[in-house]
Formats: sequence, C-alpha cells, structure tokens
Amino acid sequence: MLRVFRDLFRYNREFAIGTILVLIVLSLAVASFFSPYPPQDSYVVPPDVPPCWAYPLGTNSRGQDVFWQLTVAMRNSLLFGIAVAFLSRIISLVIGLVSGYAGGVVDRVLMSINDTFVVLPLFPILTLFYFMMHDHMSWTLLALAMASLGWPYDARLIRSVALSLRNREFTTQSVFSGMSTSQILLGEHLPYALPIVISTTINNINWSIGLEVTLSVIGFTNIETPTIGTMIYWANQHTAMVAGIWWWVLAPVATVIMAFIGLFLLSVSINEFIDPRSRLARMGA
Amino acid sequence: MDTALTVRSLRAYYLTRYFGITREVRAVDDITLSVMRKEIYGIAGESSCGKSTFIKTIAAAVRPPLRVLGGSIKYSFLDRDLYDLNEKALADMRWKHLSCILQGSMNVLNPVRRVRESFKDFAFPHLGLARREFFDVVNQHLGRLHLSPSVLSAFPHELSGGMRQRVAIALATVCRPEFIIADEPTTALDVVVQKDVLALILETQREIGSSMVFVTHDLTVHANISNRLGIMYAGRLVEEGPTGDILHDPIHPYTRHLVASLPRIGDLTPKKALSGAPPSLADPPSGCRFHPRCPLAMDICRQANPELTPLASGRRVACYAVGPLVKPAADSAAAPQATQADKSAAFLQ
Amino acid sequence: MNDLLSVEHVTRIFALGGLLGRGQFAAVDDVSFSLKSAHPEIFAIIGESGSGKTTLARMVLNTLAPSKGLIRFLGDDISRFRGRRDRLQFMQKVQPIFQNPYEAFNPLKRVDRYLFASAYYFMERRSRDAREAAADEALRKVGLSLAEVKGRFPHELSGGQLQRASIARALISSPALIVADEPVSMVDASLRMSIVNLFKTLRDELKVSIIYITHDLATAYYISDRVLIMQKGKVVETGPARQVLSDPQRPYTILLRESILSPDDVDKAQPGVAARKDKRFANE
Repeated sequence: MLRVFRDLFRYNREFAIGTILVLIVLSLAVASFFSPYPPQDSYVVPPDVPPCWAYPLGTNSRGQDVFWQLTVAMRNSLLFGIAVAFLSRIISLVIGLVSGYAGGVVDRVLMSINDTFVVLPLFPILTLFYFMMHDHMSWTLLALAMASLGWPYDARLIRSVALSLRNREFTTQSVFSGMSTSQILLGEHLPYALPIVISTTINNINWSIGLEVTLSVIGFTNIETPTIGTMIYWANQHTAMVAGIWWWVLAPVATVIMAFIGLFLLSVSINEFIDPRSRLARMGA
Repeated sequence: MDTALTVRSLRAYYLTRYFGITREVRAVDDITLSVMRKEIYGIAGESSCGKSTFIKTIAAAVRPPLRVLGGSIKYSFLDRDLYDLNEKALADMRWKHLSCILQGSMNVLNPVRRVRESFKDFAFPHLGLARREFFDVVNQHLGRLHLSPSVLSAFPHELSGGMRQRVAIALATVCRPEFIIADEPTTALDVVVQKDVLALILETQREIGSSMVFVTHDLTVHANISNRLGIMYAGRLVEEGPTGDILHDPIHPYTRHLVASLPRIGDLTPKKALSGAPPSLADPPSGCRFHPRCPLAMDICRQANPELTPLASGRRVACYAVGPLVKPAADSAAAPQATQADKSAAFLQ
Repeated sequence: MNDLLSVEHVTRIFALGGLLGRGQFAAVDDVSFSLKSAHPEIFAIIGESGSGKTTLARMVLNTLAPSKGLIRFLGDDISRFRGRRDRLQFMQKVQPIFQNPYEAFNPLKRVDRYLFASAYYFMERRSRDAREAAADEALRKVGLSLAEVKGRFPHELSGGQLQRASIARALISSPALIVADEPVSMVDASLRMSIVNLFKTLRDELKVSIIYITHDLATAYYISDRVLIMQKGKVVETGPARQVLSDPQRPYTILLRESILSPDDVDKAQPGVAARKDKRFANE
C-alpha cells in the first residue's frame, strides 16, 4: 500500500500536488485542536490588527485571531463535507448497484425515484428547510438533508456500470458458482464501480463544502459555529472589505480554494490509477 | 521487379512505462520475408504470436506504445522505405496503393452513416473523379462483386454480416490497389458465408492483379486461399513455403503439430494435443522460442535462436533438429541481444 | 425413468423497435428434443449465427424463460425454480461453459476464486483446506493442477488453460449435464483438440451428458453422438451424428456440409471459385 502511494507520488504530478495541498489543509484542520482560544469566544485579542508576527493572519473585527479561527473553520467544513459525501455515497451505491443488476420493475421504480430527486431544486429546498427548522437547525440535520439530496447523479453513473457488467459472462459464471447477489455485487462488480465512487466522493465533498459556504454566507446556518462560510458571513456583517480588513476575507477564501483544487487533483489522479483498464495494463494483461 | 513487398529484419516492440513498471513486449522480432507480385502470402499462427502487430507495421499503422525498432519495409510502388515517408505521402498512398480488409466489418464501416458515405470518405479523394463519375465506377465495381447498388444507401446494421464483409471488400478494392492486407477477414463469419467471401476475395484479387498478405490462424482457410504460407510463432517466422507443400509435408515441429491437429469430416482418429502454452512475448524463452514445448528440443535450442534457412525446394525453416542448420558459435548468438537491449534502453531514457 | 432433459415445443419471442412500430421475431421456434438419463451422451446443436442456439442454451440453463413451451429437468418444470435453494439445487446439476475463456473470468480477480466458491456452495466444503482439495481434484480431471492455477489472474493463463479451468469449475458440483456454448471457437487451433478430447473423457469416464453448441461441423462430427441442426430458430434435421453429417437429407444440412473447408482443398486448381458459380450462395 505504501509502495503504491510512493509510486503515485513520484510518477503522477497531479497526485503529488494534490497530496501536498490536501496535507496543508489537513494540517490546518488538525492544528485547530491546539487553538489557545475557545473558538466561539469573541474579543479575546485586540481587533483589526493586520498580519504580523504575533498574529500571523491578523485579527478580525470581532477580536478573534484569524489564523486560529481558520483552523477551526476548515476542520468543521471538512468534517461536514466528508459526512455528507459518505452518507450520500452509501445511498447512491446501493441504489445504483441494485438497480443496474436487478433490472426490470425494480430498476424502473428506483430510477423514477432517482430522476425525481435529480430535478428537485436544491437551493430553494434547503432555504425552505432552514426557514422551517429555524431554531432547531443543526449541522447534523443539514448534513442529513444534503445527503438525501446529493445522491441521484452518482446513482445513475453507478447503475450504468452495473448494467454493463450484468451481461458479461463472468457474472453468469459467478451465479453458477453459487455466489449470492450481494456477493456478486460487492465482490465482482464493485471494483469496476470504485473509480466512479472515489471520484464522485471527492467531488461530493467539494460540492457540499461549496453549498455549505453558500448557505452560511447568507446566514442560513448556525452562524455561531466557525466554518469557512460563517467566517465570510461575519466578515460581511462587519463590512470587512470596505473597512480594509482584507485578511479576514482572504484567509478563508484562499484556504477553501486550496482545498478544492487539492481534492480535485487527488480525485483525478486516483481515478486514473484505479480505473480497471489502467490496472490491467499495469498488471500486464 | 518481381517482388511487391520486401521486409527485412523487422523488429517492433510494445514499450510501456506505467508508474515505474517497464515492459517490453517483443511482438515482432526479426522478421524477413518477401511477397511476390500477384501472390497471396498467408501468415498463420496462434493468438498472441505477433501477426496482428506485423500487420500494423506493414500497414504503417504504428502508434505508441508500439514502436518499430529496426528493419526495413519496401513496397514496389514506393521509392523508399515505408517509414521514411512523411504523413502526406502516407495519406496519398493509403487506399490507393495499399488497402486493408479487417476482421470486423463494423470496424471499417461507420455505423451511424450510410455505406455511401464510407465510400466517399475512403475512396473519393484518391480517384480524382467528379462525383457522378465516381459513383458510376463504384456501382460498376459493386456489380462485379455481385452486390446490388442499393447497399450504398443502407446503414451497416441493416445488412447481414456476410453482406457487410463483402461491402468491406468492395471498399478495399475499389481503387484497385497494388497491395491488400487482410487480417482474419472470415473468422467471425458463418461457415456458409465464409466460403462465399473467400471465393470473392480470391476472384477480386485475381481480377485486379494485386498482391495480398492474408493473416489467419485457420490452416484450412489458408489451404483454400494462400499461395505461399509463413508460420509465425512467438514473434518469429519458423517455416515458410508453398501452401500445398507445407500441408502435405510440414518440417518444423510446430507446423507438424498444427497440421496433425486439423480435424476433418470423416476422420475419427484421435488427435493429440501439444503440451504447454504459447509463451508470453514480454518474457520469451531463451534461444528458440518453441523449445519448451518441442519434442525434439536439444541443448543448443535453449541457447541460440535458429535462423530461417532456405532449403532447396524454395522453403525456409528455422530449426536445429530438422533443418539444415549448423550450430552457430556461442559469441555470435550473444551479439544480437545487446543491440536489442540498447535500443529499448535508448527509447526509455 | 425420467428423461434427463426434456425440451418440449419451446419458443422464445423477442420484441423489436420502440414505442412505434413494434415488431417481433422468434429467436427459437418450436424446438423439441430430449436427453435420456440412462446413458450420457454428447448432443451437438449446430447452427450459424442467428439460428437461436445461444438463446436455446440460455433457456436450458434457466437464465431466460421460454415464451411458449416447457423445459423439464429430471421431470421438474425448471421455470418453477425461483427461490435460492431451488436454483442452487438446479445449478448443482446443470453447469455452463462459455465461448470466450477470457470473458468467463473477471479480469480483476483471481481464477481460483470461482473454483473455491463452487466448492463452498455446492459441496458444502467450508474449510479452506477442503475447498482447495476439491478444486485440485477437479483441476486434475481436466489435466491441470491447483499449483498451476492458484493465485493467477486470467491474463496470466492461456486460452486453453482458462477454458480447462472453466470446465474444472463446472465439474466441481458433479453435474449431470454441461451446456457448452461454442467452447473451442476462441481457443487456438493447437490447443483446441485437447479440450475436445476432454469432452469425450467427461462423457465416458465421468458420465456427464454434454450439450455441445457449435458452428464447426468437423469437431461436432468428431465427438458427438447425436446432432440437432438449427436454422433461424427452427429445427432442420436431427439424428445420430455420423448419419446426419455423412448423409444429410435436408437442403440446409447439405449446404452446411458442402460449405466446410477442408485442408485437402489445397490440391484443387482454383479452390473456392467453384462455389461462386453455385446459385445457392448468391443471397442470404
């Protein structure tokens, strides 16, 4: 496993750059545990101080150290994105594989449900959700809501893989070897679906962080929790750009862009590596 | 000049480098042969013996990771080596002087366009005629092949497999090329259609007077179409000669086995099988590549590769046991290996 | 005594086209034949592409249901086998062999996986050693051994070896019937006869009946006991192999017989051209 990682790092430039960027972002997130200030407190340091030795990214108008805020914000956003991606992956895998393999009525019913979810407009629904939930709004609830809306595209992709595999002769041979349906789906078909699963997971993380940022900037989430989006929200509230406190806006924006690009590069390079065709070429088929 | 194609010491390998793993598949390893004018030269061999790669090299359809590492290919209608031509010269030459009949007709005909469009794409630029005259020529040609002009307005999937293959033959021969390359054109066809298509290929070749290289693993097909036959094994030619001679009197042990295992209707004698499997071209056996499966293998066979040596009857055989070869000195066998490795190393720098 | 397999007036219809202009065609049209349990035999189904032989094979294997007619295995109507247990019982006795040995195995998985799975499900061999022993025993029957196959991926073995591994897998459950769909058409000529000979051994020593589907009359002549000739879904002629192929009665069978190429044709002055003049070849 380690050798694979090392080979990828050495020979694939996208993987190398992606890994470096993601490591930077991850180390920021991990650093959050060492924050000297409780993240939700305000006015713990002098406000509006530009970046200097004592405060590497400056302080904001709420009297918080931007650097330490950023670490907590990145951690929360990442956790949120990963949670949503993980939950929606499970849904899309199950629906995609079962639908593609079973065919017939099961396929038609599942795909009708799928297509219904595809056309739902996400943003208005989430906004409506916020207005309905209001005080009971929590991150868990938001994650669940987004996970249940973010699976349909990928389910169709996985289904197409399952469809093409269903008619291949090794599937029949697996059936005649006595394997059960779940064994076939997980053992035989999943390796073919993995490239899609991995790249869509990473894209999904990007998507959910993006959506979270959008909702937070408008103020539709719990703005007391520091996340990338809420940092930008507070910066807007205090008209940071006009007041000249540029470091407050730059820090989260730059970090989240770094996270996006890093994750994207990783997904592209891992995808190429896991793709069955390239695996077969490496094995020497 | 009496030869249509001369290939000398051709070497073409697949060189790949994937995440630090280097592989060198020696698909065509030192092949020398000539095809005479108006002759059908058959190439027989099992799968993964390199015959499809050989076709790619003589058709100038070489693309990475396949690379031609050495040797020369000269056609009678060209004044220089095939690989000395630039792209434009190659494009001019293709289809007009050199065309192909491939295994799946669906590999040739565009499935979403009518047959007529394929003729326009392939042949129109070369014949230099006005549109109406061009289609007159095409209709005449189709008539000679016993195809009705209505196939031109059909889509490929509307025609049966046999009809499609006949259209592919018409397409390949409409410009009356001097050289035709056929790669397993009848393998995917039914028995009845196969006989018909073979007859058609033979008739068309005779009428146009072109030379042909016909590749298939099926010796019974060669019996019905090839004038001379070359047997390939693991990237090398092991025997060559007139088809009748080879089928009645095979010399090389591999050829003997191939001929002996042909089933015939009316013949119930038990056939013996050859042990082992064809070797991997990435890691072929040392010396003669057939030695692990050869019933006549001697020590020398493991160490040095037998050269294809001419016999009196116009045949060539590469074997120490049954051919007329004298064992070579040990150092001359070592020298060719070095240049091979150097060339591959140079590419991978 | 029940027949081993009884195919009774089986028809399979496929629908063509989309919402407008739906057509239908019968891939298999009123086909009947039966195999006796008393003595095992090799039953060849010969036909060209489009004759329906593969569709018929799938119906016998119970992966496709007939539109009309019935298929009985040992007296039971196989369309009744729905639940997992019934299907496992059926599969234990009826096994397939596929045309393309490289497609029959998942290229990303090792070949022994299917052998071990068969041993696990059909022979109830739970422990690892028991499974390996069962796999080794089956592989030896086909001329291979577990040592040669263990841990290998499909691309590391030749077509002939893979096909034999497929046959070994089919043998693990000690089936009564094997349905082989063009088992040697994609195997090299030099390895073909070893597999064809293997089928003879399966019939004679292991008492397995084989439905051998092919378009190659020469190998069918060589090993089958009875043949069934199909064209466009219908049965054209059936009977003992030597008789039908040496002395065909129906025009289509005669046509098939004459279309066979022979290596002896090399002596003819203009091989194949004689066929050109024959009107039967002009259209299809």
